[in-house]
Amino acid sequence: MTVDIDKVTGPSGTPAPAPEAIKAIPVRHYGRWISAVIALGLLGLLVNAFAQGKVNWGAVPDYFFDKDILKGVRNTIWLTIVAMALGVALGVVLAVMRLSKNPVTASIAWAYIWFFRGTPVYVQLLLWFNLGLVFEYINLGPIYQDEWADFMTPFLAALLGLGLNEAAYMAEICRAGIQSVDEGQTEASHALGMSQAKTLRRVVLPQAMRVIVPPTGNEFINLLKTTSLVIAVQYYDLLQAATNVGQTSGGTVEMLFLAAIWYLVVTSVLSVGQFYLERRFARGSLRQLPPTPWQKVKANVGSLSTRGTKGGGGA
Amino acid sequence: MTAMVKAEGVHKSFGPVEVLKGIDLEVAPREVFCLIGPSGSGKSTFLRCINHLEKINAGRLYVDGDLVGYRQQGNKLYELRDREVAAQRRDIGMVFQRFNLFPHMTAVENVMEAPVQVKRESKAVARERALRLLDRVGLADKAGNYPAQLSGGQQQRVAIARALAMEPKLMLFDEPTSALDPELVGDVLDVMRDLAESGMTMIVVTHEMGFAREVGDALVFMDDGAVVETGHPREVLTNPQHERTKSFLSKVL
Repeated sequence: MTVDIDKVTGPSGTPAPAPEAIKAIPVRHYGRWISAVIALGLLGLLVNAFAQGKVNWGAVPDYFFDKDILKGVRNTIWLTIVAMALGVALGVVLAVMRLSKNPVTASIAWAYIWFFRGTPVYVQLLLWFNLGLVFEYINLGPIYQDEWADFMTPFLAALLGLGLNEAAYMAEICRAGIQSVDEGQTEASHALGMSQAKTLRRVVLPQAMRVIVPPTGNEFINLLKTTSLVIAVQYYDLLQAATNVGQTSGGTVEMLFLAAIWYLVVTSVLSVGQFYLERRFARGSLRQLPPTPWQKVKANVGSLSTRGTKGGGGA
Repeated sequence: MTAMVKAEGVHKSFGPVEVLKGIDLEVAPREVFCLIGPSGSGKSTFLRCINHLEKINAGRLYVDGDLVGYRQQGNKLYELRDREVAAQRRDIGMVFQRFNLFPHMTAVENVMEAPVQVKRESKAVARERALRLLDRVGLADKAGNYPAQLSGGQQQRVAIARALAMEPKLMLFDEPTSALDPELVGDVLDVMRDLAESGMTMIVVTHEMGFAREVGDALVFMDDGAVVETGHPREVLTNPQHERTKSFLSKVL
């Protein structure tokens, strides 16, 4: 019966009129308005307090693109990149060593991570710089010989201090990534006659990347901020530059604010990069990709004004 | 003629649990050898011992006359190095219940991977053979697809092609159709039937009694880590001798 009726009204007959679109009055979120007003009020008070303070704000834009400051910014970024590269490369090796069946390599990796994760990075930086007390000369045979003090430049001390410390953290991240790959993958690879090393390089690591990449972005941003500690080894980074400029121009605090803004600028750029990198690696594993910040802003503005009936759906 | 696979008193324990309690059997070349039994009977474990994915605790296991995983000199057994074990596995193809295709590679790359990496074949040669094998399993048009873009049955057929790419002398099938939707099982069984007709030696752990009856040359019923009954599939399946076999078959047939 019903089938017959459907056939008549279905494809041949005129389609039934669509039900009227719902025009309901959306829930009013008074709380959001009130909290937004309070937050803005508090922010205004805070800004006012800083503006009234004995800080010469004019100095910040004046020195923002000062050539010493820019040199510091460049050095900071360069040091971050090189130290991170060292950290990632060594971290992968350590992770593989740690997971190895060979008890010697596993123990070495364990001890490395134990030491470099267990001591403050600031202390490690100072130790690298002062290692000349232990090794007076560096002698790599015909390749390189020098006195330690000449060999261990501020840059090298900063690079080793940060990079070797970072490697310990990256090792743990990589280990988690490698262990996240299904064991069936290793078995299938072994069953095909592939060696341990081939299995790792061709099958396991490419799949581990999805788990490794997001926390690595985090580490990158962390490392950028940690570079401010290399003032301890007299490397000319952003903070060192800001301090120097502050001392000569007489605006120490102003230059610290300037440095903070620069750090924020760089980390913001990196955060955006990290976000899109994660989105890319989430492809295929998530049913729906997280919204981009712009989509989120649009959605929030829509729901705040209570005009957007779809709320978080985004347009 | 030497047996393709020969097991003599194979024992295997996982910690205190004894999974295989002395397996003796022989698989002749070109034979399709079916292993059936309830889950937990040890049939999958035995299959994994054949290519040394699991180490046996006692007994001897030979593939084509070679001891699996060890070298015997006089009365002493020497463990083989990882590289030597890998070399033994090259000649033994394996197909898994859950396919285990490499998800970051396309179908054709999955099939090419081992010949290129293990046999150092040129990519052109490997690709040509891979495409031929994909054609053989009926997936010529899916060569560029990633595993996630294939159905379970298609993935399993790619997995069979991947194993065949190493030109093995023995193929192990570990419940190859158990993870498939019922309507996809037929395609995979067709490929296996075709492979059996081409003369491949196959050991198949399966719950597909129809396949065992039609294609199998020998059948073993295992229960609780031991062989209960052996014989020609048609005889064992239609006229089981042991009570345990009877009760198992009455539930699955």
